[in-house]
Amino acid sequence: MSTALNPDEHLDGSGNRISPALRTEALEQLLTERGLVDPNVMDKFIATYETAVGPLNGAKVVAKAWTDPEYKARLLAEGTAAIKELGFAGPQGEHIVVVENSDSVHNVVVCTLCSCYPWPVLGLPPAWYKDPAYRARVVREPRKVLSEMGCEVGDDVEIIVRDSSAEVRWLVLPQQPAGTEGLSEEELIPLITRDALVGVAHISAP
Amino acid sequence: MDSVADIGGATGWGKVDPPTPQDKDAVFHEAWEGRAFALTLLTMGRVSGQNLDAFRYALSRLDSKSYFDDDYYGRWLNASELMLVESGVIAPGAVDARARKNAGEDVEEPADPELNKPDYAATAAGSLRQVEEAPRFAVGDTVTTLTDVDSDANKLPVYVRGRSGVVEAIQPAHVFPETHARFLGEKAQHVYSVRFASTELYGADAEKFDLTIEIFDDYLQEKA
Repeated sequence: MSTALNPDEHLDGSGNRISPALRTEALEQLLTERGLVDPNVMDKFIATYETAVGPLNGAKVVAKAWTDPEYKARLLAEGTAAIKELGFAGPQGEHIVVVENSDSVHNVVVCTLCSCYPWPVLGLPPAWYKDPAYRARVVREPRKVLSEMGCEVGDDVEIIVRDSSAEVRWLVLPQQPAGTEGLSEEELIPLITRDALVGVAHISAP
Repeated sequence: MDSVADIGGATGWGKVDPPTPQDKDAVFHEAWEGRAFALTLLTMGRVSGQNLDAFRYALSRLDSKSYFDDDYYGRWLNASELMLVESGVIAPGAVDARARKNAGEDVEEPADPELNKPDYAATAAGSLRQVEEAPRFAVGDTVTTLTDVDSDANKLPVYVRGRSGVVEAIQPAHVFPETHARFLGEKAQHVYSVRFASTELYGADAEKFDLTIEIFDDYLQEKA
């Protein structure tokens, strides 16, 4: 039986909705006073996802795949294991599947029910990924949505949308831009953007 | 029963804005968002005694204001509060009362309730499990999803119900969120990535594309 919160809740004495900032502060106090959370542990979680775990990890994976054909083959065959070779694993990365974009196929990833996202390689999802408009529409009119987001996909390119409805996490291996074939991994990494690894952007040569 | 979270394929949401370039984008745009994120991670398992599927189930049971109007991490906060209230860690209204008190209102805070954490322990870490039985379907098989699902904790989005597609991959077996979220057992089972044509989902006039989605074995009809 569902027990949804009462929509009349979260109102202050004047009938205004209490901001989530004030309510977050209140909950942290309540749990800290009861000895159930430690604010220092919270600080560490926040710092981890602000600095250590982010899209730079995914960029390293892609740069290696672009410069090492054997690694690329392992990455497409067994994504989780190949990603772990570079030291990236953890929550929301139990089973990562990597799919390759090419001249003929364009993959794009979404989670329509919530915001499932491959944290170990991309960090926490950006605002657009969590936007109800993206979640609702990219599974219905992806070519149009991608165009609104500045990512044009030619009519001759097949689009495959990946809706992450279970614990499989999808990572897009974007196309390497023409003219960058001679670059090293270190030179390629700064070109590789978060949005391309979800499939809503292309990567350009420098 | 359909949830507030089940919006895939819905129309009327308007344009999607071009993404903010990642070098100009913050992980948390305001400090409270990071606090709400960390509180949720701690609440989910240890503090509420629940699990990741229970968190998603809590999200899906929020009223529409609590789901859509408090921003993304406000939604997490609201689901955390729901889990904590249901586990008897804090009283209903305790968060609001403290927030109002902090803002200078004269409000009485409710007494702590009796602890009521679920009697539950995971059989292993994470969500992936081994399943002895062979999968019912093979890669390349045509499968059809159920038309109706009873549970309000289901993970079969409305837009893929009663549709036929082809098994593209058999994924590692998972705990079944529908029962796991409500502490009714892990019911580990096979999960298939099923590929659907957009015309199967939305009719002949649909924009042309394919879509894959992970479907739990329980949501697939018997072989024809």
